[in-house]
Amino acid sequence: MTAIRGEGARFMGQRVLRREDLRLLTGQGQFVDDIVLPGMLHATFVRSTVARARIAGIDIQAARALPGVHAIFTAADLSRHVKAQPYMHSNAPGAAQVLHLPLADQDVRFVGDPVVLVIATDRYIAEDAAELVVVDYEPEDPVVDFLTARDAPPVHAEIGTNVGLEFATPDDPGLEKAFAGAAHVITETFSQQRHACVPMETRGVVASWSAGEMTVHLSTQIAHMARRYIGLAVGLGDHQLRVIARDVGGGFGLKAHVDREEIGVIAAAKLLKVPVKWIEDRVEHLTVAGHARQETVTCRMGFDAQGRIVAAHFDHKDDVGSFPLVSPGGIGMMAAMYFTGPYRVPRYGFRAASYFTNTAGRCAYRGPWMTESLIRESMMEIAARQMGMDPFELRRRNVITAAEQPFTTPTGLTFYAVTPAESMEQALKMLDLDAFRAMQAQARAEGRLVGLGASVYIEPSSAGSNPQGVGPSDVAEIRIEPDGRVNVQMSAGTGGNSIETTMAQLIADELGVDMEQVSVRFGDTAHAGFGAGSGGSRQAEFGGSAAKLAAAQMRAKVLKIAGHLLELDPGELEMVDGEIRSTAGANKWISLGELAGIAYLDVLRLPAGMEAGLETRARYHRGHLQNHSNATHLCVCEIDRRTGQVRILRWLVSEDCGVMINPMIVEGQVAGGVVQGIGGVLYEHAAYDEDGNPIATSFKDYLMPLALDVPEIEFGHLVTPGDAPNGAKGIGEGGAIVAPAALLNAVADALAPLGVRVNTLPLSPSRILDLIASAGP
Amino acid sequence: MSEHTITVTVNGVPMTRQVPARRTLADFLRIDCALTGTHLGCEHGVCGACTVVIDGNAVRSCLMFAVQADGVEVRTVEGVAAPDGTLSPVQRLLREEHGLQCGFCTPGFVMTLTALAERTPPASEEEMRNALSGHICRCTGYQGILRAVRRLARGAQAEG
Repeated sequence: MTAIRGEGARFMGQRVLRREDLRLLTGQGQFVDDIVLPGMLHATFVRSTVARARIAGIDIQAARALPGVHAIFTAADLSRHVKAQPYMHSNAPGAAQVLHLPLADQDVRFVGDPVVLVIATDRYIAEDAAELVVVDYEPEDPVVDFLTARDAPPVHAEIGTNVGLEFATPDDPGLEKAFAGAAHVITETFSQQRHACVPMETRGVVASWSAGEMTVHLSTQIAHMARRYIGLAVGLGDHQLRVIARDVGGGFGLKAHVDREEIGVIAAAKLLKVPVKWIEDRVEHLTVAGHARQETVTCRMGFDAQGRIVAAHFDHKDDVGSFPLVSPGGIGMMAAMYFTGPYRVPRYGFRAASYFTNTAGRCAYRGPWMTESLIRESMMEIAARQMGMDPFELRRRNVITAAEQPFTTPTGLTFYAVTPAESMEQALKMLDLDAFRAMQAQARAEGRLVGLGASVYIEPSSAGSNPQGVGPSDVAEIRIEPDGRVNVQMSAGTGGNSIETTMAQLIADELGVDMEQVSVRFGDTAHAGFGAGSGGSRQAEFGGSAAKLAAAQMRAKVLKIAGHLLELDPGELEMVDGEIRSTAGANKWISLGELAGIAYLDVLRLPAGMEAGLETRARYHRGHLQNHSNATHLCVCEIDRRTGQVRILRWLVSEDCGVMINPMIVEGQVAGGVVQGIGGVLYEHAAYDEDGNPIATSFKDYLMPLALDVPEIEFGHLVTPGDAPNGAKGIGEGGAIVAPAALLNAVADALAPLGVRVNTLPLSPSRILDLIASAGP
Repeated sequence: MSEHTITVTVNGVPMTRQVPARRTLADFLRIDCALTGTHLGCEHGVCGACTVVIDGNAVRSCLMFAVQADGVEVRTVEGVAAPDGTLSPVQRLLREEHGLQCGFCTPGFVMTLTALAERTPPASEEEMRNALSGHICRCTGYQGILRAVRRLARGAQAEG
């Protein structure tokens, strides 16, 4: 299928079809479970069936004797070969550090805690053997409720407290004075449920140790960062370790970590000197891989008589489980930092607190700090209802306009090149607000529950360069081969973000070649230098800018060579259609292929002193000032009074992520995030019972949106370039951050005639029916 | 565990293998036939990623044993495109409408839609949309898949 070409740039900005699709549609993808190595063995784990217990004994005799079993490891066997590591990301100063070792040692701290690692000739036999392992548990009462965990027995005896972090901004009399003087004060407590990330491909690893070199095929978003973490854990240098992630079946943040099981399997492979594969099964994934979003927030907002925000306070608590993959407090702090979002908030204070419980650990999940938008946008609409004001008018009175930028928030974030006000107006125009209000009035007169909800947000483009000052860089290496084809290797990562196509679009345009002449590789630590990979909405800006800078260097070199060969001024040459041609009318040209051949093989024809070959490299990083993307989402829903079912009638998006490399990809990313947001608001719940048993153990319990549950999403785009070399800003997480509030607000608006407060997720049919019933007859 | 010698014709090629009775059809395809295009997303029959076509019907290979496919013809995602690599209409439309991102669920969608599109008479758009409830996608929000289905159904009607 040929690429769609447009005016001006041949590929940039066009809805170019993806090249990844050719292998993914035909079953030729290479996911980690597709990797088969000679002699490879298979791993499985024996996991705790209780949430909290001392391990009194482990009997592996029968398991070890089973034919086909190669090795069985307990903590006593494995831990001394692994250096315990804390979490990789989101370090919050002062947070308690939980060290991760592959296997539980003296006690188990959550249902699913890995206790024994079984290695056998195939997975079936490994699971047979796992069934034969007998672990003698002495159960204790688990801590399951994070809201009361503070005063409960410590999950981690060595830490001595269940407080992962408690942080508060200093008491500010000015803040309380502002609240006291406010015409309207809205206070609400919101409770969001525990989610699982659920990429369609579970976690997995194949580790192979051979003659001093370890190759790890890992389903990961972050090959280079994983390499570092693995090296620290198993005692290898970066130069002895290669991590490869070819195709990754979704990550969503979960696969921006390396967890205990992967380290355990890698350590076992190093000891056994045989390749070992572990593929997580879905029950494991839903119950132990990592949970997210279990947060309770109490929020206060004060408004003056005209509806202008005068004060806000954000009090965030989250459950980080037992072995979090993120720093306690990290996500709460990030949510608190971004809470004021697109509005002017003169005075602001916050608290962030994280608590340990005997449950699966918290992981990063697509826009981990999303409660900032969920809470803020809900509060705005509650306030509007209370003040009898149109919620969009309320937003207009508070939203940051273009004239006010660069704008610095109370938490020291600087917003520039953002368009929250404009995106809201575009979305409203797409909706036709007047027509909707008329339809809603008619529906309400008929007793139908129809609602409109909005969410306006701002997200950082690359949370990898975050306010805490962690600033990874990314690299692009371009090599034009002797035949003139373009080989690009990048530190980027994937999980379905289409960079194999978008980066080729960008580079093809920069070098004036057809996209078919460009090959882009990433996700392999042998291919390019260190980078942060994918996660935090960063590839378009970071990967794309590194690619653009490297391409600019390449163009300069090519034009210099061409000028020398053609005896023309490089300033009067251009690269187009695979050739270097004169822009000044001279009838001389040279093909890129011929020029490349000369650069490698006929090097004495190059300009004096010039290095032979055609190889350039560029790194991109930034300081504390980040680019930001923004959007407004609108949701129209109708609630069935009898069943409590929420039907989404319309979903509108007005988004601004700067220069779009490929609008089709942007819309795909946003849509995916929106539907995860819908799932989180209506369906998904990684619930635990009071004994700490996870009860959503399969897709029959953990429900997610299906094709018939989703609206046709309507898109409007604004383009306000950031200051990155390619003008692009990240958008990968955006849909998941902004969408939940739009849906929650739509439900709240639909139920508004009943006077109920909607503040607890998920909004399952039974919860909606309870809300309707609570309103009385 | 009993072992059985079975012959399953996969994408037109007879595959004779010895398998334990409990080997699922999905594992047989992936491990014994080295056809890894059929994916395992849940192994409990909900997500649809493991879907193959048997006798024109979309079937969850994770819920079938290999021994049940002895003597049967199975079609997998590797057997859908033309020998020269030309994508089938289902594959082409999914690509044109950006109906995949990570690609892990994709083989399942391809097989279900292929079975429905090749039926005589071909399935209606409503039937195809309903069949999508047997598949979970986490990346796309189903937008491109639904667009592809609309075009697929209309194209099939145009031809049929």
